[in-house]
Amino acid sequence: MQLTLKVWRQKNRDDKGGFETYQLGNVDHHASFLEMFDVLNDQLINEGKEPVAFDHDCREGICGACSMVINGRPHGPLKATTTCQLHMRHFKDGDTITVEPWRAKGFPVLRDLVTDRTAFDRIIEAGGFVSVNTGQAPDANSILIEKEKSDLAFEAAACIGCGACVAACKNSSAMLFVGAKVSHLALLPQGEPERSLRVLKMVAQMEAESFGSCTNTLACEAECPKGISVTNIARLNREYLWAGLTSGK
Amino acid sequence: MALDAKIPAGPLESKWTNYRSTVKLVSPANKRKLDVIVVGTGLAGASAAASLAELGYNVKVFCYQDSARRAHSIAAQGGINAAKNYRNDGDSIYRLFYDTIKGGDYRAREANVYRLAEASVSIIDQCVAQGVPFAREYGGLLDNRSFGGVQVSRTFYARGQTGQQLLIGAYQALERQVGLKNATLYTRHEMLEVVIKDGKSAGIIVRDLVTGEIQRHGAHAVVLATGGYGNVFFLSTNAMGCNTTAIWRAYKKGAYFGNPCFTQIHPTCLPQHGDYQSKLTLMSESLRNDGRVWVPKAKGEKRKAADIPESERDYYLERKYPSFGNLVPRDIASRAAKEVCDEGRGVGSTGLAVYLDFADAIKRLGQDVVSARYGNLFEMYDKITGEDPYTSPMMIYPAVHYTMGGLWVDYNLMTTIPGLYATGECNFSDHGANRLGASALMQGLADGYFVLPYTIGEYLSGEILSGKIDTNSEAFVAAEEAVKSRLSFFTNNKGNKSVDYFHKQLGKVMWDDCGMARSKESLTRAATEIAKIKEAFWKEVRVPGTDKEFNQELEKAGRVADFIELGMLMVQDALSREESCGGHFRTEYQTPEGEAMRRDDQYMFVSAYEFKGDDTAAQLHKEELKYEVVHPTQRSYK
Repeated sequence: MQLTLKVWRQKNRDDKGGFETYQLGNVDHHASFLEMFDVLNDQLINEGKEPVAFDHDCREGICGACSMVINGRPHGPLKATTTCQLHMRHFKDGDTITVEPWRAKGFPVLRDLVTDRTAFDRIIEAGGFVSVNTGQAPDANSILIEKEKSDLAFEAAACIGCGACVAACKNSSAMLFVGAKVSHLALLPQGEPERSLRVLKMVAQMEAESFGSCTNTLACEAECPKGISVTNIARLNREYLWAGLTSGK
Repeated sequence: MALDAKIPAGPLESKWTNYRSTVKLVSPANKRKLDVIVVGTGLAGASAAASLAELGYNVKVFCYQDSARRAHSIAAQGGINAAKNYRNDGDSIYRLFYDTIKGGDYRAREANVYRLAEASVSIIDQCVAQGVPFAREYGGLLDNRSFGGVQVSRTFYARGQTGQQLLIGAYQALERQVGLKNATLYTRHEMLEVVIKDGKSAGIIVRDLVTGEIQRHGAHAVVLATGGYGNVFFLSTNAMGCNTTAIWRAYKKGAYFGNPCFTQIHPTCLPQHGDYQSKLTLMSESLRNDGRVWVPKAKGEKRKAADIPESERDYYLERKYPSFGNLVPRDIASRAAKEVCDEGRGVGSTGLAVYLDFADAIKRLGQDVVSARYGNLFEMYDKITGEDPYTSPMMIYPAVHYTMGGLWVDYNLMTTIPGLYATGECNFSDHGANRLGASALMQGLADGYFVLPYTIGEYLSGEILSGKIDTNSEAFVAAEEAVKSRLSFFTNNKGNKSVDYFHKQLGKVMWDDCGMARSKESLTRAATEIAKIKEAFWKEVRVPGTDKEFNQELEKAGRVADFIELGMLMVQDALSREESCGGHFRTEYQTPEGEAMRRDDQYMFVSAYEFKGDDTAAQLHKEELKYEVVHPTQRSYK
């Protein structure tokens, strides 16, 4: 198939950036979206131009590195699919495809389609963990957990930290990401002792990283490649309210 | 230098216990004075960094990804083994040890593997305490499944995302230490050189991948936890960024490289479908529990699978291995698929695929049961290929998955360079010539949580009086210069071919001639071909942009340069090991039935290679393997 690509090019963090248009022929419909970009980059290199920078690593939908806004939608048109798992058979010959980086104050563009998502790491650093040193653990089966709760915790923990929720939100809210981590640990007995402190610290850090508040549009859930549920945001709100009322902080 | 594995004396079961009771300790006050660098944030790196920081060392952690959580451990699907015996099915530390030694085709060290099996028990405790949501039963206890053909259920799992959940546990433990200021994390930083001073590891040179800045970092000990080198084959199940650079730099500075040719080829991966393809995707091995593998009996068959009658199908695994059938071990299933495709009986557009058919299973169990067991895998297959495995058989082909070889380490996980350690997949130590399923996660976490935190003290206790490492010393200046001149060579070279062009060429040679089956003839040819690729690469490679900016082509160039050299060493090793064992199959050495033929009388050793110069063959050193407890036998799956 033949494609017209409008790709965001930006030299570095301080550059203003803008769209460039490229023509790409002979795209195999079995190729993944990122493999299509490999072909584009090969073409650019052979023309003596600089290839498009984009984040990617595992290319099997689990590392969370890939992050393109495709025709206005984070990770493109397919539900519950990362950019790397999106294949060209979902596009038509002659299509014009617009590709941009995540757009959010908390995720500054580093180059082209690459953004700085270390804000997410700092939110985890603020409290997204259980404080247990290596060697301190009791026998694994001494902690009983209801299967339903454990499954719910797993579903929240399945977040890949890609940031599509932020990119999808008009307010650039990170509440789905934070809600998923708060839920994962709040649902488990291991997370209980630090439950209040954790949510307060993570929310404070989330605000410090200039992510906005929830818009209630559910765009985050719709675009999340792992289908993380917005009920995690509701749980985050409950946890935060309760912690605020009871912790005295 | 003579190789000394430093295996403690005494009976196998008490070596590690005695070691821990007598190993030198570093007091808390002294730990504060000692700096440790960890490179890589996968299971081995993140767990080591978190544990060392908890102990009080000053830890610096580096990864090339934008976040420590993205390391490729995240992609592991199946599970993690541990000798908990929660099923009351007769499992024990000894059995896990025995299965691992045997699975490795008797090319691993007994003492290391026994310690691994011992540590496995504590890993599960630690991960659960961190909040890793392992699968559970209705009673609230942990669930297990069997895996990789062993006779007990010792695998703990979190759906098909065990690696992800374990890594997030280790990542969170690490981020906690970063928040406590015990560890400093450098993401998007790639290690490009190791610095040796006075014969000891003194630090590393890294490149900030965003700004291009070259930095010097000194430390009393450096831990490499940089994963496997499967991407030497270009196409593999590894992540795109997985590379050999860190361990290759260490090798060229004097660390010995162990068993470089031991590569694991996983049988159930999605086949290649075009020359634009960038990676291969693994489909869980569990599919072989109900799927039947077949190819047409006739060469060059053009009909669709559904149109080929039963009598014209060859269920070759069931035919050749009646007692194990479709469940033969990975290395055997992979070689058999290659054989039928080489005969011209492969399927799909390239002829490099075999069918994995669920029609019988659907007939026998119903679609609901098949869907409950494999639904997510079928969906994933559909997403990638656009074909529905409920109605037409899957197509699969083997792909490079794991490298058992890596830097040679002693019992302390220290390389032949004092103060330089290697943990996880990047060392050679525990899997011999073939790794069992669900053992990679176990080894990464055992090394990081429970082995290195003890063994590193043995060395660091001697560094207490060293003081801060001076990064202005001649050794650091020279290492930095070497890195800079290599980078500026690439950006100034007036070539006309992309880095990937050479990587694909290398991958093809490695796959064709040093892949699933190797012979003296193919390996000799590979050596010549790789030498040509190397020469052409340095002449003709083109890297756009500069070294002072975010430049992904420049990153790739350095990695591929190292892969080319590693390819040569792998070929040298495969040539010199005139036997077949585990993942290493030399066609000259097979039993009359076509199975791997070990030659224990001559090759029961670890091959450890010493770098002797860019244009000289590496020097082989042998570490004899002594089996005091297990008695090696020939494997048979007929």
